[in-house]
Amino acid sequence: MQKYSLNVLMAAVAVLLLVMAQFKIIDNYIQAVIMYVGINIMMSTSLNLVNGNMGEFTCGHAAFMCVGAYVSSILSVLFFGNKFGDPIFPASMAVVVFPVIVLLGGAVAALSSILVALPSFKTRDDYLAIITIAVNYMVISAIENMDWIGGSRGFQGMKDTVWAMRDTLSAPWMLLWVILFTAFTIWVIRRFITSTYGKGVNAVCQDEVAAEIMSVNTNKIKTVNFMISAGLAGCAGGLFAHIVGYVNPQSFNILKSTEAMVMVYLGGMGSLSGAIISAVLFTGLMEVLRSAGVIKWVIIPLMLVLIMQFRPEGLLGNKELSDVFPKLKKFYTFK
Amino acid sequence: MSLLKIDSLTQRFGGLQAVSEFSVDMQGGELMGLIGPNGAGKTTIFNLISGFYQPTEGTITLDGTPTAGLRPHQVTSLGVARTFQNIRLWHDMTVLDNIRIAQHYRLGYSVWDSVLRGRKYHARETRIREIAEELLEAMSLTDVAMELPKNLPYGVQRRVEIARAMSVQPKLLLLDEPAAGLNSADVEDLIKLVRWIHDHFDITIFMIEHQMKVVTSLCQWIKVIDFGATIAEGTAEDIQSNPAVIKAYLGDDNI
Amino acid sequence: MDFIIQNILNALQWGSFYALIALGYTLVYGVLRLINFAHGDVFMVGAYIAFFVSGFMLGDTLGLSPTVTFLCALPVTMILTSLVGVTLERIAYRPLRRKGAHRLYVVITALMCGLILEYSNLAVLGASRLKFPELIHKTVWNIGGVTVTNLKVIVIVTAVLVFLFLNFIVTRTKIGMAMRGISYDKFAIPLMGIPIDNIIVFTFILGSGFAGLAGLLFAMSYPILEPFMGMLIGWKAFIAAVVGGIGDIKGAFVGGFLLGFIEVGVVALPFLESTYRDLFAFTILLIILWIKPTGLFGMPQSTKI
Repeated sequence: MQKYSLNVLMAAVAVLLLVMAQFKIIDNYIQAVIMYVGINIMMSTSLNLVNGNMGEFTCGHAAFMCVGAYVSSILSVLFFGNKFGDPIFPASMAVVVFPVIVLLGGAVAALSSILVALPSFKTRDDYLAIITIAVNYMVISAIENMDWIGGSRGFQGMKDTVWAMRDTLSAPWMLLWVILFTAFTIWVIRRFITSTYGKGVNAVCQDEVAAEIMSVNTNKIKTVNFMISAGLAGCAGGLFAHIVGYVNPQSFNILKSTEAMVMVYLGGMGSLSGAIISAVLFTGLMEVLRSAGVIKWVIIPLMLVLIMQFRPEGLLGNKELSDVFPKLKKFYTFK
Repeated sequence: MSLLKIDSLTQRFGGLQAVSEFSVDMQGGELMGLIGPNGAGKTTIFNLISGFYQPTEGTITLDGTPTAGLRPHQVTSLGVARTFQNIRLWHDMTVLDNIRIAQHYRLGYSVWDSVLRGRKYHARETRIREIAEELLEAMSLTDVAMELPKNLPYGVQRRVEIARAMSVQPKLLLLDEPAAGLNSADVEDLIKLVRWIHDHFDITIFMIEHQMKVVTSLCQWIKVIDFGATIAEGTAEDIQSNPAVIKAYLGDDNI
Repeated sequence: MDFIIQNILNALQWGSFYALIALGYTLVYGVLRLINFAHGDVFMVGAYIAFFVSGFMLGDTLGLSPTVTFLCALPVTMILTSLVGVTLERIAYRPLRRKGAHRLYVVITALMCGLILEYSNLAVLGASRLKFPELIHKTVWNIGGVTVTNLKVIVIVTAVLVFLFLNFIVTRTKIGMAMRGISYDKFAIPLMGIPIDNIIVFTFILGSGFAGLAGLLFAMSYPILEPFMGMLIGWKAFIAAVVGGIGDIKGAFVGGFLLGFIEVGVVALPFLESTYRDLFAFTILLIILWIKPTGLFGMPQSTKI
């Protein structure tokens, strides 16, 4: 019972949200906010895997989101749109093929993370930070130079797939997929980092030399960790592209990466529950401050500066929620 | 076949000859000491054995396998574990996790297993936990299993580090100044512990140590190096009366 | 041939801007081991300060002539910009340093300070671009088909002079010795009776002052100002510093010009579109760091066990 109580609660909330969306009890705006919460959770937890658990300082996470977004968008248009010729699959297949599209986007993003993983064997800290920034710019610049997918004008047509799903069966499909993929992300990360295999990542963070000498294959585990992180960010990108129905390379620039970093450091490095909570808070804050316009981007960095001054370990530090509030252990084991 | 065979090992850093023509042949089961003044190149030899440096010249053979070109984690998986001069535990993970992670090379499951968690994963994790708990029990560390190393006293940290090295289930254990920074009571415990490990697990131990008490009471054979070169070797008594060793440690009388 | 010389000149000019900003990055990094990510935005602020200062001087109250304005605006801009840098150090970095915070937190703070500078500028001045007044009458010399403007020459000469000046400060003076000392051991330096905070403030004054100078010169060469102008050029200058081996004055200078040549080279190649500039610049950076992770002049840090 204890083991499943939180899962059951979460599932119930998810079902409730879906039902309310289906019967239009919550409007499109709230649905969109919920979907952004999900995507931000995916972004912050996946970045947390690298910046928190592995202790690297990568600041180009949006690059992988970008790769995922574009790959899944292209596949989506190829499979169900008219832009590149006739649709390959009938519209009724969209429901089944869509998650595959998103996962493929994630897979390509994971492969692209090798660009970062290979240099990380030899170098870390500042130099790796710069490599990740460079990768972020490279990805954006590369896409801007690809005219066949719209270049800097952006790319659209993914809505065809979303409409195909809706025509098959009227349901809040995107909300469903975002919830499922968010759960998938948390599931994968949680299982990975709590296994002895994944704890090697923490060992690399705390003392890389000791890790290597105590039989942890540091190069391999770094690569695996980068790939999981980038793959999940790629999935987040794919979902984002389909929610908005339009992608533009500049929407994945360094600012987007900064957003993900803010969430990770707000929640506390290395804390999965911290990353989730801060993603929820951050999305909420962004929506509250929407009317404030540009001031939003003064307030958010200022907030992080203040966090760094007065609580540099973030909301939860490297602890999980259950360590901060031990009573929660009654309901769920986080570790 | 000898367990560790080092043949005229030489290491240069730029112009500095850190180790020159170092040779050793350990058949297995020994408890050998390596002493020498500060900066003599002792830790460099350990770094070479554990694969952290690649030797400039010479060969290291472990149980018949040459270690040239292997990365440290591969060398470790051949059965060499070590401790460090300054304790290098993973300070923000529990003692139990420290012990478990050091078994990484024989986890026996892949990333996919760690996420999907099939039967193989659970069987392996249980086994790893058992090994870890047995080891902690044997080294009387069970009480601190869930503590973070950074909160433990220095003497206990040393023990945890040795326990972590032992969880690799090594054939050869390298101890780099295990008594450094310990008080005299802790040193007594350490001597007992090392002797017990040597007898109980039947492994070969190669140790660097500055405290002569530890070396003389533990080591059957001692090698002395200075400026990278071997200047003497023999039993404790031989070494203590060897003029070259006295000269290296105390300097020349007639200055 | 003319074409090549023309492009070399352009590359030198671009490289000068990169070098000027990269020097600021590398100074602070060399002393504090801190990537001052706000530095690109300090450069932007410098350009804006130059705009307002020269606007004020040219305006009705003072009514100075453009040349006098340039000569006066130069020191004023540098002083005001270095104040911005010092303020950042005082309110954002120093408290963290005092607390002994992890380097990472300082880096994040720097990154966020950069964003704050950008967006508060956007919030205060709006998104409209500002047109920088012409301070120096543009003279164009035509030497055998190659056009050289006086501004270009000023920019290149300035960069070289600044490099020589900084190199002198760091390697030949007592304060430079203290700066190098801090980078080795932050804890031993105060025990040797060296006022560490003063040295750090001095470092920020130098770095930000020259960012202000770069801002003024950049605004004169490309007279359109917008809040995000410091972002990309700042990142690229930082990359230049890293390629050269961050923390090394010579490295930043060489790296800056190297990046200038790469970028102008890519644009000048007939079979490549200019939009590939960033892609190539960053790819080359990646390759250099791959082969030599500590940059061209950087010393590898050996791990000790």
